[in-house]
Amino acid sequence: MQIGIPKEIHTGEKRVATTPAIAEQIIKLGFDISVESGAGIEANISDEAYKEAGCTIRKSAKTLWKNADIVLKVRPPEQHPEYAIDETELLSKNGHLICFIWPAQNEVLMQKLADKNATVLAMDSVPRLSRSQKLDALSSMANIAGYRAVIEAAQHFGRFFTGQITAAGKVPPAKVLVIGAGVAGLAAIGVAKSMGAVVRAFDTRPEVKEQIESMDAEFLMLEFKEEGSGQGGYAKTMSKEFIEAEMALFARQAMEVDIIITTALIPGKPAPKLITEGMLESMNAGSVIVDLAAEQGGNCALTKKDKVIKKHGVTIIGYTDLPSRLATQASQLYATNLKHLLTELSPDKNGIIDVNMDDDVIRGTTVIKEGKITWPPPPLAVSAAPKPLTEAPSSDQTKPNKVKTSIIPEPLKHILTLLIIGGGLFALGSVAPASFMSHFTVFVLACFIGYQVIWNVSASLHTPLMSVTNAISGIIIIGAVVQISAPGFVISLLSGLAVLIASINIAGGFLVTRRMLEMFKR
Amino acid sequence: MISQGLLIMSYVVASILFILSLSGLSHQETARRGNYYGMAGMAIAIIATILSDSVHSYVILITALVIGGFIGTKAASKIEMTQMPELVAIMHSLVGLAAVLVGYANFIDHSIGLEGIEKTIHLIEIYIGIFIGSVTFSGSIIAFGKLCGKIKGQPVLLPARHWLNLALLIMTIWLGSVFLSNAAVGGGTLPLIIMTLIALAFGVHMVMAIGGADMPVVVSMLNSYSGWAAAATGFMLGNDLLIVTGALVGSSGAILSYIMCRAMNRHFLSVIAGGFGSTSDGDAAIVEGEINPIDVAETVQLLADAKNIMIIPGYGMAVAQAQHTVNEMTKLLKNQDKTVRFGIHPVAGRMPGHMNVLLAEAKIPYDIVYEMDEINQDFPDVDISIVVGANDIVNPSALDDPNSPIAGMPVLECWKSSTTIVLKRSMAAGYAGVGNPLFVHENTRMLFGDANESLQKVLKALNN
Repeated sequence: MQIGIPKEIHTGEKRVATTPAIAEQIIKLGFDISVESGAGIEANISDEAYKEAGCTIRKSAKTLWKNADIVLKVRPPEQHPEYAIDETELLSKNGHLICFIWPAQNEVLMQKLADKNATVLAMDSVPRLSRSQKLDALSSMANIAGYRAVIEAAQHFGRFFTGQITAAGKVPPAKVLVIGAGVAGLAAIGVAKSMGAVVRAFDTRPEVKEQIESMDAEFLMLEFKEEGSGQGGYAKTMSKEFIEAEMALFARQAMEVDIIITTALIPGKPAPKLITEGMLESMNAGSVIVDLAAEQGGNCALTKKDKVIKKHGVTIIGYTDLPSRLATQASQLYATNLKHLLTELSPDKNGIIDVNMDDDVIRGTTVIKEGKITWPPPPLAVSAAPKPLTEAPSSDQTKPNKVKTSIIPEPLKHILTLLIIGGGLFALGSVAPASFMSHFTVFVLACFIGYQVIWNVSASLHTPLMSVTNAISGIIIIGAVVQISAPGFVISLLSGLAVLIASINIAGGFLVTRRMLEMFKR
Repeated sequence: MISQGLLIMSYVVASILFILSLSGLSHQETARRGNYYGMAGMAIAIIATILSDSVHSYVILITALVIGGFIGTKAASKIEMTQMPELVAIMHSLVGLAAVLVGYANFIDHSIGLEGIEKTIHLIEIYIGIFIGSVTFSGSIIAFGKLCGKIKGQPVLLPARHWLNLALLIMTIWLGSVFLSNAAVGGGTLPLIIMTLIALAFGVHMVMAIGGADMPVVVSMLNSYSGWAAAATGFMLGNDLLIVTGALVGSSGAILSYIMCRAMNRHFLSVIAGGFGSTSDGDAAIVEGEINPIDVAETVQLLADAKNIMIIPGYGMAVAQAQHTVNEMTKLLKNQDKTVRFGIHPVAGRMPGHMNVLLAEAKIPYDIVYEMDEINQDFPDVDISIVVGANDIVNPSALDDPNSPIAGMPVLECWKSSTTIVLKRSMAAGYAGVGNPLFVHENTRMLFGDANESLQKVLKALNN
């Protein structure tokens, strides 16, 4: 089937739905790809690069849409600035469209698409299953947004992130608070941490504590019993008391930290207001707030969508196009997500897609099937996150009783072997004289050194290893040399012979090793 | 003449140099330096010993050193790289023989003057030293014979051989106690000689029972034994340098044999004890199917169309001396912008690392030579695998036929590449006597004939 990649028309959108490297892989699945001329230009991908990967370049968006069986896009369809018609009009009848749709917010769009008898898969509706992680575009984009948020903050923040002790005095590290430790939050924690900042993070879901601590950030505990995990691993709205405790915590933190990155979102609801104007006033001058929830109204009271404003000495960044600001990276990840979706849709790799509604992942993603609106999908029982506990363990009784397991035979066997060996060694030690034991010590230690050294030997050098150990085992010559002078002809003869033989070994071993090693050339 | 303190210090320095020598072998870049460390250590140890107070028979000593050194140098400079396993085996036997000789000399020497438990321990050390030395000696001689084809490669399995081994072992222990009681009153020569004979027979029997394809294990195991022989001599003489060196060599050989065993999916202990049992129940699946022969012209056509080529050398390449032709071909193909890599199975050839040495001799750069574990997952992307004289190491039944004698042995999965070309003299089973389903695989093409001649023809056709 023919896949079409149009140029994104949303103002300021720099992403593109596929990259040449991914296009090549999609072509391997049996599809043909045509790309609108200039589609990748904002993400630094030239038409030539697409051509090289095997794509056809189409001059106009119209021909592209007309010829495509499947259209891959980033943004939902909207009014085309050149043709003054909606992109949905361009979509061929019975065509397929895969992009972000946001069906809950875009009812009119959904209806238009349904009227076109189209089949639409929404990348924002991919269900959260472990199997579908590789096509979860929201996570990919959130990751980029989190990364970019820190970069934007650094741009507007007047100091280093990392602490330094320089000849010109000491610089304290920046303190960063990340609210909401979802994908974006965790990405932000990682970047801020690697830039050297002191990072704290807060989330209403206690299960993310471990994830935060695994990134070496501090998890801010709230002395309050309430579980914030909602369905599908997202957060839910909390009780009034909880929110009060939470706000008190933020108020304390606001006085201390330099940068706040908020990522708190609750699906289908306006973003919770977490940073009040009062907290802003209490912040140090020069502080920065990056509000990743600006699209849904913002976590900060003063956030202006898509704007950077300065209030009470605090810079508030309300960009909603952070992934697009990292267009090359975002395009690559989004394209990979799309490729994985196409792989799911075309299990036979024959370039024909089958929208199999029995497949949980495809069912969830498909919002319109052949003109019939299938959104919202039936709820899925499985969630990527562990099932919420009925009662969260409070902090003072978190340590569960250790379950005592009976001693299983495997370690017992081990212990027995060790005991036998140990017993044998002690028995030896009890009868052997001290002179023997000192030699024995040397022997055992040498065995261990040998063990450690030999495991590092490269496998390709095993033959030289054998010949060099051959040569050094000629050290037995020492034994012969010390005996050669003992009284008696027989002893001298035997020892002389041994010296002769061992010296063959030494000379032969070292020389042949040298010959071999000379040959190993890159 | 140097003092005792200086002597011991020289030994310490020598030990350290030996350890550095072995650790140098972890990379190709440092390996040469490692070898020089070894030489320096040996020189220091020998010179210091010669200069010590206890040595004064310089005439015999120097004569023996010069003659031995001369023979060794000659052998090292003349040996063909394909004959390395033989050289290594014969050198193991020399260490064994030297250990036996030193053991006897030490036994005859009564000037040491030990009493009580110390004397008993000393006698036990002599006894064990001679035992290990003899086993190493005769075992290596047989291995040498098998490797250079003087003794047939097929395993010789005596009836009830495990019981025979056990009987020999019990006899050795019994003779040991006889030896101890006799030696306490000045005798003991006879039991010592009988034990030596038994040990020699034991060594012969052990290696005779092992087939040609298992030679890498045997060679590395004998390497280990030769080290333990040196260590036992060290105990006998109370010489720490010998103990340290012997232990290094002994553990080196033991680890090598362990690596080899793992590569063949065999148990370490059953190998160390000598003799391989065949334990599979039921018959291995009989291989049936159509063989697809191919001629030189078609091979050249396939190679011309391929982008990604993998060459899998086996013992057959060594036998046919084809490594130089392989190198010429590799160069030619690489000049045509094709990826050419080598996949080496740990037990390819007749000793550990054998193939690497042969390829190095032919001047194939070592950075395109990969170990099995590094390369096995790449086969689906390979256009053509060329199997040069290998059989068991590319046998798919090791993975999918539980009754196969080599079941469970990791193999190079060349059948996953688009096409496999197998160079083979004729249709005969490999050393393990296993039918190889690879040869009748639908993607496999057989190029019959001597590997070197076939490759020469391919090379010539590629040049045109």
